[in-house]
Amino acid sequence: MEDNAKQGVITKVSGPLIIASGMQGARMYDVVRVSEKRLVGEIIELRGDNVSVQVYEETAGLGPGEPVFNTGRPLSVELGPGLIQSIYDGIQRPLDIIREKTGDHITRGIDIPALDRKKKWGFIPLVKVGDVISAGDILGEVQETPVINHRILAQRSGVIEDIKEGEFTITETIAVVRTDSKAEEIQMLQHWPVRKERPYHKKLSPNIPLITGQRIVDTFFPIARGGTSCIPGPFGSGKTVFQHALSKWCDAQVIIYCGCGERGNEMTDVLMEFPELDDPRTGEKLIKRTVLIANTSDMPVAAREASVYTAITIAEYFRDMGYIVSLMADSTSRWAEAMREMSGRLEEMPGEEGYPAYLPTRIAKFYERAGKVACLGSDNREGSLSVIGAISPPGGDLSDPVVQATLKVVQVFWSLEDRLAYERHFPAINWLTSYSLYIDNLKDYFKEAIGKDWTLMQQEAMTILQKESELKEIARLVGIDALSIPDRLILETAKSIREDFLHQNAFHEIDGYTSFAKQYKMLKLIIEFHHERGKAIERGISFDALTSLKVEEEIARAKYIPEKRLGDFDKIEANLVAQVKSLRRKDG
Amino acid sequence: MAKEYLTIKEVVGPLVLVDEITEGVKYDELVELRLPNGETRRGKVLEIDRELVLVQLFESSTGINIYDSRVRFLGKGIDLAVSQDLLGRVFDGLGKPIDGGPRVLPEKRMDINGAPINPYARDYPSEFIQTGISVIDGLNTLVRGQKLPIFSGAGLPHPQIAAQVARQARVLGKEEEFAVVFGAMGITFEESDYFISDFRRTGAIDRAILFINLADDPTIERLATPRMALTAAEFLAFDHGMHVLVILSDMTNYCEALREVSAARKEVPGRRGYPGYMYTDLASIYERAGRIKGKKGSITLMPILTMPEDDKTHPIPDLTGYITEGQIILNRQLHKKGIYPPIDVLPSLSRLKDKGIGKDKTREDHSDLFNQLFAAYARGKETQELAVILGEAALSDADRLFFAFADRFEAEYICQNENEERSIEETLDLGWKLLRMLPKAELKRVRQAYIEKYLKAQEK
Repeated sequence: MEDNAKQGVITKVSGPLIIASGMQGARMYDVVRVSEKRLVGEIIELRGDNVSVQVYEETAGLGPGEPVFNTGRPLSVELGPGLIQSIYDGIQRPLDIIREKTGDHITRGIDIPALDRKKKWGFIPLVKVGDVISAGDILGEVQETPVINHRILAQRSGVIEDIKEGEFTITETIAVVRTDSKAEEIQMLQHWPVRKERPYHKKLSPNIPLITGQRIVDTFFPIARGGTSCIPGPFGSGKTVFQHALSKWCDAQVIIYCGCGERGNEMTDVLMEFPELDDPRTGEKLIKRTVLIANTSDMPVAAREASVYTAITIAEYFRDMGYIVSLMADSTSRWAEAMREMSGRLEEMPGEEGYPAYLPTRIAKFYERAGKVACLGSDNREGSLSVIGAISPPGGDLSDPVVQATLKVVQVFWSLEDRLAYERHFPAINWLTSYSLYIDNLKDYFKEAIGKDWTLMQQEAMTILQKESELKEIARLVGIDALSIPDRLILETAKSIREDFLHQNAFHEIDGYTSFAKQYKMLKLIIEFHHERGKAIERGISFDALTSLKVEEEIARAKYIPEKRLGDFDKIEANLVAQVKSLRRKDG
Repeated sequence: MAKEYLTIKEVVGPLVLVDEITEGVKYDELVELRLPNGETRRGKVLEIDRELVLVQLFESSTGINIYDSRVRFLGKGIDLAVSQDLLGRVFDGLGKPIDGGPRVLPEKRMDINGAPINPYARDYPSEFIQTGISVIDGLNTLVRGQKLPIFSGAGLPHPQIAAQVARQARVLGKEEEFAVVFGAMGITFEESDYFISDFRRTGAIDRAILFINLADDPTIERLATPRMALTAAEFLAFDHGMHVLVILSDMTNYCEALREVSAARKEVPGRRGYPGYMYTDLASIYERAGRIKGKKGSITLMPILTMPEDDKTHPIPDLTGYITEGQIILNRQLHKKGIYPPIDVLPSLSRLKDKGIGKDKTREDHSDLFNQLFAAYARGKETQELAVILGEAALSDADRLFFAFADRFEAEYICQNENEERSIEETLDLGWKLLRMLPKAELKRVRQAYIEKYLKAQEK
């Protein structure tokens, strides 16, 4: 793929940035190969025939006078069967194959294709000779894993001249399509430049929730399929655990997990855990729907900058097939820092905190690649890509430029707090400061799918939590005994919402994932208990009697009721009503 | 013999600018400067722009002059001669012996910058290390291959804790080859002497390698010291299958050296003047800890840093916390109360503990017990704060129990002797013993079966 004819010479080396001269005809964002070691780099600045190149590998040992080869192509990813279950670095080099070839440490100048060229895939055509196809139409399918049917999409319109069924590698011709003038041979392997958004027919308004099985998310701060969300939080507040929980349990069909500048052992954790865990919906292993991008903090910084683009392009590719796709980026702060580092080396005028002035633009552009879309193609299929980005603001300070730029574009904000983490309240999401702008979009769905009273219940619970924070302030000043009995009941119920509903143990075999049906029943118990006790107070029942009911314990343990035995909730509900009633008889 | 240049143009702080370079100088190459009086100084290439080369010194720039100092490019990166003979030796921050011993005959030379571990090649750390310190073993469990820093403050006893860990750390039921590598950056003579004499006293020195850069040694040398230490550790761990504990003290001094170079280069500063790439730079140190699939050895890293003004949000602890797998935070109030080790339980955390504890590793009840002790102590501390505002009279009976629990927990569980080595059973049983103070109905975080089994055992 290299064109050695176009050659320049290094004149300056400064960390991951090199400057080369004699690069006539180079274009912005072309990929170059640097020195005889053939390190991968990307042109990020043009000044006459001089170019600035960010190098995706360690540059030690490079010096002026060494050659730079222009490949004439932008930084692209390989798309095709074989993506699922792969683990790539930031520029889509397969880490498992790299280990086989070069050992336990990552060396330089590795040139290994992202997708296996030898493996044969069973291709089943879905169009026949003579069919007129338009760009985006499904030519055929490959059963990539038991849960992923990899659809091969037409890149251009034309007429099918030939199409074959059978076992092919990704570089073998599977079809011939006559476009306007010429016959074009089609392979399963495609390329796409990472910095360019993949096309779709049109964007649609996200109106179905991405169900995550995390109660605080689904109930209070839902994210829609095709939505955007951010999770800022200081270290130790559980960002990564929460991202892992989401990628394990959310009901997306394809998960792209991008570990951008984070800990190596965390990626190892994902790598070792996902092949073991069952997907609650398909019963298959989670890894069968996952693509991993791992550019850990000790790997070259420029490749970290590219990693989020690599990830989102792969995600868009699956979206175009009509899948529900979810991208987890952990952490976008590291991506922003990589930009800052390159910007500093380019001696650009800095914006806030040394970040480049174009930081907000880049962040906005990245998140705007999410969405629910009508895909290209004539079958009107819909796909969605949700983006969930973790942010690691310094000291947990939300005035950080990355947080601020992100909040301007994302629709959901899950605010992690270390104070909650110290109290071992997980997920440590603050219920008062977080928000979701999708609640209105999703209202109709909730009404239909869950229950007419859902939105009301959810609002009531939120109001109770809001009131709790006000009442706590008062109680702190004048003591809890000064509060009226209905107010104390609010405190009791709020505590129950926090401890029995919001608190969720990501590692517990049952508590880790809660279906919407169960969330509904759990919340209903708590709210109903609140109402019943409210009524009892009106009848003059003492507060102490109301807080020593046995059913409280049952409500607290309701989170451990398995999904298969949701009938148990009815029993608790009956107990609840009966126990509060029995009080009424005794005291009334 | 390589070419010598007499073309130094500028010397600014730790940076030297050399002009009219004709031969192929490479980025990150090692540089040797020869002063007119015959002394040599080492540095590395930081930037090359055509004929201009910017060199960052590792040693002091005192005595360098523009006209007579000679510059030589050595054509290789900065490396460390490694061999098993390094064990038991003391070196300066750049790897030169300072214990009067002979030169080390190298088995091989290794680039001190190392190479990133392929995440696919990593093995997840899950082997419990018993340090004999209850508050670490019971609540902030250390596992092999983990990087767990100590966030300390000026005047707090972090050297004692680190030395105690180095002395007592072992994996249960196994006798394996272990070693300690100690990298000192800018610490005082007293602190360094404490470590050396403690290692000598206990005989640990035979299993230790020390790289010492003292407070009065050149600041800039510190940038190489942690990399020297980790290179030696990698050699022992991955070439010789040893389990290596690396202690780096004090990372704050390292970061200040980094800031010094950045400032000299007139880079755009990030928070508090530290360079924007400090996260990446620290990661290139911390991430060298770990385990590799199919290899016997491991590197467990315990960096120590002093938080300026005990502020956890200062860039150094903050960025460290984002890279390491947890943190052990020392608390001044506990220290003043005379509690050793003064580890602040609530904000301290070991992220890898879940994989390292439980049945077959420590004991089945460890996880539940941890949660219960933590919750009870947290409630006790909260009650104590409340009592300050409202007065003890306002506390309920249950609150009073938790109040007393927190005090006893600090005095008996957290507090122990510097030379006291508690086995994990002792630590766990001690936890149950303290829980006896509380009503059984309050022990919601432990399974009933464990209460029957372990709490009852304590009552006998």
